[in-house]
Amino acid sequence: MNRADDPNPENDTPASDSAAGASLRNATDALIELRGVTIRFGKQTVLRNLDLAIPAGQTLAVIGESGCGKSVLMKTVIGLIRPTEGQVFFDGVDLATLDEKSLARVRIRFGYVFQNAALFDSMTVGQNIAFPLRQHADLSPAQIDDVVAARLAEVGLPRSVLAKKPAELSGGMRKRVGLARALVLNPEVVLYDEPTTGLDPIMSDVINELMLRTRHRYTVTGIVVTHDMTTARKVPDRVVMLYPIARLDEDEPQMIYDGRPDRLESVRDRRVRQFVAGEAGQRLSEMQQEGRD
Amino acid sequence: MHGRRTVRRKREMSRAADIERPASSSGGLSRALADWVADWGRVVIDSLVDVGRFTMFIVETLAWLLTRMPKPETIWPAFYQVGVLSLPVVALTGTFIGMVLAVHSYGQFEAMHLETRLGAVINKSLVSELGPVLAATMLAGRVGSAMAAELGTMRVTEQIDALACMGANPIYYLVVPRLLACLLLIPVLTIMADFMGVFGGHTFSVYVFRIDFHHYWSNSADYVMNFDIFSGLFKSLLFGATIALVACYQGFYCGAGAEGVGRAATASFVYSFVIILILDLVMNVQLEAIYKTLWPDQARLL
Repeated sequence: MNRADDPNPENDTPASDSAAGASLRNATDALIELRGVTIRFGKQTVLRNLDLAIPAGQTLAVIGESGCGKSVLMKTVIGLIRPTEGQVFFDGVDLATLDEKSLARVRIRFGYVFQNAALFDSMTVGQNIAFPLRQHADLSPAQIDDVVAARLAEVGLPRSVLAKKPAELSGGMRKRVGLARALVLNPEVVLYDEPTTGLDPIMSDVINELMLRTRHRYTVTGIVVTHDMTTARKVPDRVVMLYPIARLDEDEPQMIYDGRPDRLESVRDRRVRQFVAGEAGQRLSEMQQEGRD
Repeated sequence: MHGRRTVRRKREMSRAADIERPASSSGGLSRALADWVADWGRVVIDSLVDVGRFTMFIVETLAWLLTRMPKPETIWPAFYQVGVLSLPVVALTGTFIGMVLAVHSYGQFEAMHLETRLGAVINKSLVSELGPVLAATMLAGRVGSAMAAELGTMRVTEQIDALACMGANPIYYLVVPRLLACLLLIPVLTIMADFMGVFGGHTFSVYVFRIDFHHYWSNSADYVMNFDIFSGLFKSLLFGATIALVACYQGFYCGAGAEGVGRAATASFVYSFVIILILDLVMNVQLEAIYKTLWPDQARLL
């Protein structure tokens, strides 16, 4: 829908207003860049013609309703999902041009903190954290043990958990072990997939603090996919909001906000305001109507 | 607002589509026929996609298997799971099959006064056919389903994605050790099933039916050829590869949630079993032809 046709003047597109977003879209020094990325699974389009540039050192939060394609975006950035259309560049290299071995070398430069930690069930915590080192680092077992212990201490876990299996840990502990494993190879980019989901408020803030410390200590580039507005306000330099394709008109951009986190409160777009405030608004009746149709 | 507008538009389009539909019965019939063709077309296309994906999976697995040996820490757990933990069930199955064969055959052979030939029938059936097929069936149920469920759980909990993100190829790390374990250990388990079956058949025939020990074994030696043992073991290699590849494929591409994992485990057993039966038939025909070519004068009838 064209903005001129929109009967609601509040339905602005802050993505186009955002100075931060505009400057970043023209950035040539982007470490990660998506150009016209469209992802379809069968007939379902999840991402549509998405352009996004993330310079080195920036921490970006991606917010949006469930099903809007946030996690798919993360997996596209690391090459787990190939775009149906468009290109993904990392450090100037188009991921589509890389063979499996080259892609694996690129992936080592990333750390990925999964939503449910994705720790290997069959391994102990120590083996989980040591796994990337055993695969890629030329270290002796004693050196690996030292690195693992150091990483575990950084995320505030005692050495006694090293011998435990992931199933014996709480959700917060699992997330921290996942973070320790993601950081063990000193990655240039850390991807956080809903890092605080399912945690109590205090543990959520512990994770937020760990993300901030990681960023300051290692000057990594970060992408945080989250529903948690506390995280979205506290951790990133920049926030983008995606909107589900099914609820957009064909000519509407999927990215409905791209700017600084402190400007989220003053956005005029009703959809962004509704999400930031956590208000259902008319969503329930819309969903009921969609269900009837 | 946007959502409500989109919903309203879709509803209007749906109504318009309703209006455009022809009301005549011939139109309804042609539409039903078109739907039927479209449904079958979709089934065919999905099946072709699945076959293509499975072929690519096999090619990639074999490429890794032939170019890089898996690490010991991934091989030993797979060998333990497939080999050591399967031994008791395979031995038990083999023993009982040997005894059941003795019971079933004895009545008919006794009627023809051929009971001393029982050893030949039991042992030949076991080493060339029942040992490999039953060992493979037990393993498809015990090991194949467990592999599919384990890899399926790893898929739905994103552990396979985590492996890929850490620069470890999931096929090299997860599939190759399992394939190697099945390939190398299923022949060993088949030998175990053969041995226990022969032992069970001998025990029942000699000690229960009182068949003469000497004639039982001399007839066996006359009719059971080395080729029978070889053909059984050769088939077991193919069965082992089938079990590992089908199970790992089902786990790798399993659907979402607990239901997806359950389906992967079930599909793994069903597909493996069907492929084992088809392979068994095809291999028997081929091996029989090879036998007749190599030894044209030797009768294989009892």
